Amino acid sequence: MVQVAVIDYGVGNLRSVEKAFAATGCEAVVSGDERVLRGADKLVLPGVGAFGACMKALSERGFDQLVRERVEEGTPLLGVCVGMQLLFEESDEFGATPGLGLLQGRVRRFDDELVVPHVGWNRVTARQSHALFSAVAQDAFFYFVHSYYCEPKDQSVVAGETEYGVRYASVVAKANICGVQFHPEKSQEAGLQLLKNFARLNSRC
Amino acid sequence: MLAKRIIPCLDVDNGRVVKGIRFVSLVDAGDPVEQGKRYDAEGADELTFLDITASSDKRDIVADLVRRVADEVFIPFTVGGGLRTVEDIRTILRAGADKITLNTAALETPHLIGACAETFGSQCVVVAIDARRRNAHEASEGWEVYTHGGRRNVGIDALEWATRAQQLGAGEILLTSMDRDGTRNGYDIELTRAVSNAVRIPVIASGGAGKLEHFYEALTAGGASAVLAASLFHFGEFSISEVKNYLRGRGVEVR
Repeated sequence: MVQVAVIDYGVGNLRSVEKAFAATGCEAVVSGDERVLRGADKLVLPGVGAFGACMKALSERGFDQLVRERVEEGTPLLGVCVGMQLLFEESDEFGATPGLGLLQGRVRRFDDELVVPHVGWNRVTARQSHALFSAVAQDAFFYFVHSYYCEPKDQSVVAGETEYGVRYASVVAKANICGVQFHPEKSQEAGLQLLKNFARLNSRC
Repeated sequence: MLAKRIIPCLDVDNGRVVKGIRFVSLVDAGDPVEQGKRYDAEGADELTFLDITASSDKRDIVADLVRRVADEVFIPFTVGGGLRTVEDIRTILRAGADKITLNTAALETPHLIGACAETFGSQCVVVAIDARRRNAHEASEGWEVYTHGGRRNVGIDALEWATRAQQLGAGEILLTSMDRDGTRNGYDIELTRAVSNAVRIPVIASGGAGKLEHFYEALTAGGASAVLAASLFHFGEFSISEVKNYLRGRGVEVR
């Protein structure tokens, strides 16, 4: 059985996610094969570009339903970048677009006064002592690139925060559902450690 | 707070890192895979790879080289040079690049910017602008855009082009001063400031770094989000950490 499956639905540079897991010594595959995704121990939901386009590509393959079912079964899920945003109910990008709705809240655009996208290395301040942060320094730098951010309705899901004009949720966690706004696969040691932590989670995040 | 980025650039010709002065007279500066690995280890914030091989029938070789460099780095990796179609770009992204730069092709076919932004997302579309002063001694006369490695004046104002590129969907601007490139006399701060003021997307300053204070000026007075340099790092004059320590000492947030 595959330990971690990265859901391939035709978007993004998934090779780097696979390579990053490999560097941590964890077995991970990039797959768009439903059997592999149903059999995997843990799922990673990547995502780059437009929220609507990602959601459409996911739905066209029936993976929206697959993700909901696997989450329901208790499978740990890690949403990365737009993959984190997809966990929420709705995004403001190009008018309101519905997401997976696994977490309550919406996705908003950064203020126009800021340089957008938010690109580069920024700090993540842990708000919970969560297993994802094990052996990751407080206020460690991670690599971000995004124009929208998640605004959870329930503050208890906020596991880590980042400041960019606004203080926003850059890490969310609720039971087996996790999401990170940054790219751990592009964040050197801290990012690799976080992926390793995810791969080592038990059935619960 | 968002850290300012220090980006080493590999100019690659026929599989080797080279360094030109004012876009000509190339000198060998090593193996791209080894250089990429070294910069990742030294704490570079990103890595940029510009393929300057003239012939365009070497796409597959370039993709293979991109793959080999990508395998060694865990930082964002940008690739540019000779990319003309969405398919060219898909090949390079599949090989492991996170972003691509468009230069000549974007000027010739501006809608390519939008097509790439729609297909892959704005975050991976960097528009590279090579700009030269109309009057070398007078910034108020503005800057013009050049293509083909700086050989051809396209008769477009650099600020207008930067604004247009942003509207078309560019996620970042890689701004090179051709007047300063390879001179080590410092970035063109007036150019950097003018473009940073004209757009709301991040501007990467390039061309002319020679001293530590040049990085500081580009990131403060110039308003750049990131600074790019090549030969200064390749030949070991400064390490990435020396630049960062200097900037940190002057109150600039770096990783």
